[in-house]
Amino acid sequence: MEPIIIEGTPKTPTVKFDATEGVFEIKGRSIPENSVEFYKPLVDWLDGYKETPLPKTVVNIRLEYFNTSSSKCILDVFKKLEAIHKAKNEVEVNWYYEEDDEDMLEAGEDYESIIRVPFKMIEIVE
Amino acid sequence: MGFDIDNYLTDQTKNNVILHYKGNVDSDVINHILDTVEDKMVQVNEQAKLRKKVYNVLVESLQNLYHHVDKVPDDFEDQTSEKYGLLIVEKVDSGYKIVTGNFVHADNIEKLEEKIKRINRSSHEEIKELYKFILNHQRISAKGGGGLGLVDIARKTGNKLDYTFKQYNDKYFFFYLNILVDEREQV
Repeated sequence: MEPIIIEGTPKTPTVKFDATEGVFEIKGRSIPENSVEFYKPLVDWLDGYKETPLPKTVVNIRLEYFNTSSSKCILDVFKKLEAIHKAKNEVEVNWYYEEDDEDMLEAGEDYESIIRVPFKMIEIVE
Repeated sequence: MGFDIDNYLTDQTKNNVILHYKGNVDSDVINHILDTVEDKMVQVNEQAKLRKKVYNVLVESLQNLYHHVDKVPDDFEDQTSEKYGLLIVEKVDSGYKIVTGNFVHADNIEKLEEKIKRINRSSHEEIKELYKFILNHQRISAKGGGGLGLVDIARKTGNKLDYTFKQYNDKYFFFYLNILVDEREQV
């Protein structure tokens, strides 16, 4: 599978999905008006990866800001990961949040309570 | 007394306005406003925690306007703006006040007000649960909104949504939302 590599913009995150390493990353700001347009290719790509995933997939989410419209799309991404996990593959989500950013920590905990995939909350200390 | 958006606002705000905008709310305008307010908060060394909350709430406020405003009444002065909205960001003692304004057709008021009232009578914990419920169960609407904007604003600020509907004519009201983002610890 061709990896997905998208450079970040002020409104959309940097994305690196590499099927050969099994490491996926979403990083930066995700505040587009039309989040579906941005996330649909990622969700579709995960549908493909889901067919032949690596034994272990690591997902690093390191967002500074995301809007509520992205929050639904991010949930769609996690639902694909949940399906991979359910098919007896190891999946681990590392949810990064900046020191004192309780809102971002809570957002991670929201997903953790909805999605049946192990989450690790990681505080970024500068 | 005629309808005057600016007069109403003069009464509502004092002198520490850091941004005042009225007109079409498109993607470029949103970018510009976000950059301007973020730069101003960095310039005055605003604490990161408050800065992030203000930024988040501003994103949701602007995108609420972008996704949900009704078209302007036929006799309104600005007929060129497809998505007419108003935004004021003001520095206040405890943090920042964000005021948004937009036209709402009379038919849509009840639904909007019911939504706000539901949020305002909920505890912080109930708002968290409501957020998660909508996140998990509601699809993104045809307009592109997730139905989460107001819930998110209430959750992040920990404050009630303060709002007014001012009648414009028999079909239209102007909806003002006054949001306080302060440094008070949430309970």
